[in-house]
Amino acid sequence: MTVLLIAIGAALGAPLRYLTDRAVQARHDSPFPWGTLTVNVIGSLVLGAATAAPASPAVAALVGTGFCGALTTWSTLSYETLRLSREGARFHALANMSVSLVAGLGAAALGYTLTSTVTG
Amino acid sequence: MTQPDEFRVDPDVDLHVPADRGELAAHPAAVLGAIAAGGVLGALARAGAQAAFPHPPTGFPWATFGINVSGCLLIGALMAVLTARPAGPLVRPFLGVGVLGGYTTFSTYVVEAHRAVLAGAPGTALAYLAATVLGALLAVWTGDAVAGRLLARAGGGEAR
Repeated sequence: MTVLLIAIGAALGAPLRYLTDRAVQARHDSPFPWGTLTVNVIGSLVLGAATAAPASPAVAALVGTGFCGALTTWSTLSYETLRLSREGARFHALANMSVSLVAGLGAAALGYTLTSTVTG
Repeated sequence: MTQPDEFRVDPDVDLHVPADRGELAAHPAAVLGAIAAGGVLGALARAGAQAAFPHPPTGFPWATFGINVSGCLLIGALMAVLTARPAGPLVRPFLGVGVLGGYTTFSTYVVEAHRAVLAGAPGTALAYLAATVLGALLAVWTGDAVAGRLLARAGGGEAR
């Protein structure tokens, strides 16, 4: 059952990362990878919120391991950073890594705090 | 810098790359299906590794660390191969966007660091944050360099 819930979450999360990335790039033409930053920050917010909720293992598998896990990515982030530094965009490479870290951690903490406050 | 792929920054999808721009309109169901199928495989591999190597809230999350670093090694190698030897239209969506994107995770990474801080282990959190950044960047560089060298040795690939 857990395997099935993880699979369902991932089958939604991975295509949503691709579609969000496309949509962000289509509206915002920039060498900075805003699309990947967007999915990583949203996924961190949702997972932070889900972690604080008194959720069942089933919800954790579906939303946390499956959906948020597949929506967010480290492989894309590291490859983008490599490519940006190769193209001479050192500032963008450094900014990509540091903004992802700060915004991701902030989003996770925010999600956690919001849920904790609501659920008491 | 004549090859369009030379300009790729985002391995998931980069609208500066003509092939990426057209792929969703050309075969939407196949592309999204390949990403979903790959994402399921990657996520299940990640869940299996995390179940096999659990860690306490104050401990170093070795499973996620290993998953993210190995995923970065593989994306570096995969993209080097696909840049030198263009493959079918579903290879990058399935292996890169799906399997490796689903296997690695950024949300679990930051939430585990946050949890370690809450559990009273800020040192572990900091070490985990820094080790993953360094490990991931070293891994993606290594994957790209090793695959590039092997391709050049095999011939046909452009000298790097």
